[in-house]
Amino acid sequence: MAFDEYQKREFKQVGKRVRRPDGVDKVTGRAMYGADATAPGMLWARILRSPHAHARIRSIDTSAAMALKGVRAVLTGADLPDQEDVFIRDVQNNCMAKDKVLYDGHAVAAVAAVDIATAKAALKLIKVDYEILPHVTDVDKAMAPGAPVVLDGRSLESVPAGMSANVTEHAEFGHGDLGAGFAKADMVLERSYKTPTAHQGYIEPHAALASVTSDGKAELWCCTQGQFYVRTLCAAIMGMEASQLRVTASEIGGGFGGKTTVFIEPVALALARKAGRPVKLVMNRDEVFRATGPTVHSSMDVKIGMTKDGRITAAEAKLRYSGGAFPSGTHSFGAQAAFAAYDLAAVRSYSWNVLTNRPKEAAYRAPGAPQAIYAVEATIDELCQHFGLDPLDVRLKNAARKGTKSSYGPTFPDIGLVATLEAAKAHPHYSAPLEPGQGRGISCGFWFNFGGNSCVSLNINTDGTVGVTEGNPDIGGSRASISLMAAEELGIDYDRVRTIVADTSSLGYNDVTDGSRVTFAVGLATIKAARDAVRVMCERAAKIWGIDADAVEWKDGAAVPAGPNAGKFPPMTLAEIAAVSFETGGPIAGHHEVNVDGAGVSFGVHIVDIEVDKETGATKVLRYTVFQDAGKAVHPSYVEGQMQGGAVQGIGWALNEEYIYGEDGRLQNPTFLDYRVPVASDLPMIDTVILEIPNPGHPYGVRGVGETGIVPPLAAITNAVCRSAGVRMHELPMSPPRVLKALSA
Amino acid sequence: MRYLAAKTAGEAAAALAAEPGLTRILAGGTDVLVQLKSGLVEPALIVDIKQIPGIAEIVAEDGGYRIGAAVPNAVLGEHAGVVAMWPGVVEGANLIGSTQVQGRCTMVGNLCNGSPAGDAVPGLIAANAVARIVGPNGQRDLPVADIPTGPGKTSLAKGEVITSVFLPARPARASDAYLRFIPRTEMDIAVASAAVSLELNADDTVKAARVVLGAVAPTVIVAEEAGRICVGSKLDEATLARMAAACEAVAKPIDDKRGTVAFRTKTAGTLAKRAALTAYTRAGGTK
Repeated sequence: MAFDEYQKREFKQVGKRVRRPDGVDKVTGRAMYGADATAPGMLWARILRSPHAHARIRSIDTSAAMALKGVRAVLTGADLPDQEDVFIRDVQNNCMAKDKVLYDGHAVAAVAAVDIATAKAALKLIKVDYEILPHVTDVDKAMAPGAPVVLDGRSLESVPAGMSANVTEHAEFGHGDLGAGFAKADMVLERSYKTPTAHQGYIEPHAALASVTSDGKAELWCCTQGQFYVRTLCAAIMGMEASQLRVTASEIGGGFGGKTTVFIEPVALALARKAGRPVKLVMNRDEVFRATGPTVHSSMDVKIGMTKDGRITAAEAKLRYSGGAFPSGTHSFGAQAAFAAYDLAAVRSYSWNVLTNRPKEAAYRAPGAPQAIYAVEATIDELCQHFGLDPLDVRLKNAARKGTKSSYGPTFPDIGLVATLEAAKAHPHYSAPLEPGQGRGISCGFWFNFGGNSCVSLNINTDGTVGVTEGNPDIGGSRASISLMAAEELGIDYDRVRTIVADTSSLGYNDVTDGSRVTFAVGLATIKAARDAVRVMCERAAKIWGIDADAVEWKDGAAVPAGPNAGKFPPMTLAEIAAVSFETGGPIAGHHEVNVDGAGVSFGVHIVDIEVDKETGATKVLRYTVFQDAGKAVHPSYVEGQMQGGAVQGIGWALNEEYIYGEDGRLQNPTFLDYRVPVASDLPMIDTVILEIPNPGHPYGVRGVGETGIVPPLAAITNAVCRSAGVRMHELPMSPPRVLKALSA
Repeated sequence: MRYLAAKTAGEAAAALAAEPGLTRILAGGTDVLVQLKSGLVEPALIVDIKQIPGIAEIVAEDGGYRIGAAVPNAVLGEHAGVVAMWPGVVEGANLIGSTQVQGRCTMVGNLCNGSPAGDAVPGLIAANAVARIVGPNGQRDLPVADIPTGPGKTSLAKGEVITSVFLPARPARASDAYLRFIPRTEMDIAVASAAVSLELNADDTVKAARVVLGAVAPTVIVAEEAGRICVGSKLDEATLARMAAACEAVAKPIDDKRGTVAFRTKTAGTLAKRAALTAYTRAGGTK
């Protein structure tokens, strides 16, 4: 396994809070985001979207739109191929409906015209004849027999017989004897919970510029978390070879998982091909909310048995997730993550995915975990209250540690949960007194993290500087972190390294920026690419000195003779070797290509103090502290930023964020006014404590840190609100009307 | 779409009256531009009133203040005289939008938008403010309370332009306050709101009170009975409870994505109580 990579070392670059490489561009407006790309002769595109939650498309008449002056191309589902591959077909149908529209906002046609006003005017001329079908937007209703069927024939064999055709997948994890475990408990608590659909809320709407030449070559510039995956999907939809489609990722104004697939990119390409001109397509905010990939919504039952001294004897979770109008596997992440924090003798989790007339879910920071862990951690808190136990002590008593067989199967190597819980317990926040009426909540959180396919090229420039080429859009500081790791390994200063994000024609395949994988996996590839370059530089020094290459080693940024027997030569620095590289064999580079294993799991613990206004149900977050294991914080400020960002998004989800559907199946709040993410004045400074329990799977011990932070807030906030209000609530968001209703009940 | 920057109120009124199609008046533009951008309206004519002489000025008049229709709320918030006399009016106006929006938005725009949730409106109605209107047939004055008639609707006739609102003089021991409920701390629209204007007797009892509620009916409403209940009291808890109940009795809100009937009703009373106490303290009252 890859759990033997870590080697203890004294860091010289890694761990420094260096200046971010994209900072100047971003604060001065120079940064090129998705919508900043332009091309000569460019057309503007707009998409016509379904106003219905569920309808059959009888016909689409585009003739009047086509006849409008300035219109260069009109596209409908009929223009796109019938796909054999069912996954590609789903992706394509989500980008442009073919026979049925499956949710409010589903794309039905698109227009490319000489300007936006013409494109908008053309949309109004497109006549779509809909046969409106019954719809269902709630997971429980969609699961019931007789519910309107969103897509038929999509249930996998794992789904038990007799369920609605909307149930597409089922999973089960766990071990031990539940009955025996519950029998040992002093109390068995069963609770049901619901969580709403939340949106990632990234600031930058999706944007794409596509150009397709008459000889079949294509260029696509877009805002994405993974240009290589965009190429895979678009090439399949367009029937192109990968080599003919070059995808360049723009700077990205937030993704959080929501930009890990395509929505408008194939539409822009298809329009560009049809029009024979470059086409630019930019979503507005309404489209982002209605027709991109928010989270699943869930309905969950949790049953936990506990002894009066706080030992969990058995635990069970039933998770019903809806990933919207197309099949989704996120339920399985929930089922695996639900009890991952605990060392349990008897545990079982079951999950189902259910189709509903909502947009297809995409990833959002630790997809599937926040919901399940919310239900588990809120139930544990209620048990702690019942027995009068300290909630951190109870977590410590049951915490998973090295050697624990996890609830989802694997046995944990070194993990940081106990250390994180102990740090939380020792922190002044946990012992700070509360005023009357205030409540303190805690929760654990967990995420698997991911490694994946990664390619890095590292070029040693003749002036002694270094260029690193990697293939993952920088959504969380990866360019700085990769530069730091390259500098560390080469023994040079951070300022001598510049890292860029390459297009799909410049580097081998890189998995999407997801699973908190980039600093871990691309970082590992960077370190190995640097080692590759070091090997070459040692060879060059050996050549100059006239000794064997294996008699040279790399120390503090320079080649040195490996020992007294190798001969006496003064060290040759990287810059000195680089300067003469043209005379010693040519340019020097290192590279590394790998499918990285060994992503270390990540645990976090959050503490929050809250005061509920008993007359209005309003909640005020008074103090918030995040504790999280980063393995090794390569750039601590970015790590803290990830921890804070995750916490803030989780707080918003817990308190106000939700997709609100009307009886007509239409989304009622596709704006930032009524989809309420927290604003800066809503929150105190989020304090952070970074724990560093090295990941054995990374040379420097790095773990992914991007996702775990959104997992604990749902339950931490719930537990604090409920303790402040004096009443337990089991549905998110805990918006003021809901809290006031609970207080008045 | 035509754009006209009117040089006089008369020119604006005449152009608006003559246009058979949809029209919009542009002052700060914080509602109009959003409506245009989202495709909600496609007016045939937009009349910009900012170049009309005096329309962006605050002038002392008869012991009170006349506030031009194009005075941005940020400017209003920096006017020491208005802030001292009508702090509740100003705090309502200053809650609209963000800092950037404050630099453009106006109280009259908020009024003419016709939303029952407009933050500037309850304070103006509690203050008995009077709007000056120029129309095709000349000028008239109308209490602000008589302008909103329903969501997005006003009593203004075609071609009529509000050029200013007048905040009257008030005695020394008088003040006002405005509170709204939003799920966040800013950048939001009132789910329920209350403005209270009070005048005190020498013995600190309430001499006159006007309680106005927002976002709980098709228009901003005056809670007459709630105001009467305050008179003669020092706003003791029992009086405030009765006053809140009177607010709840006149609230006729709807269930929607922003709040429920039960929540809005209860919260309107709660906010009225709290606003009354703030106004009482501002007026110099001690219990």
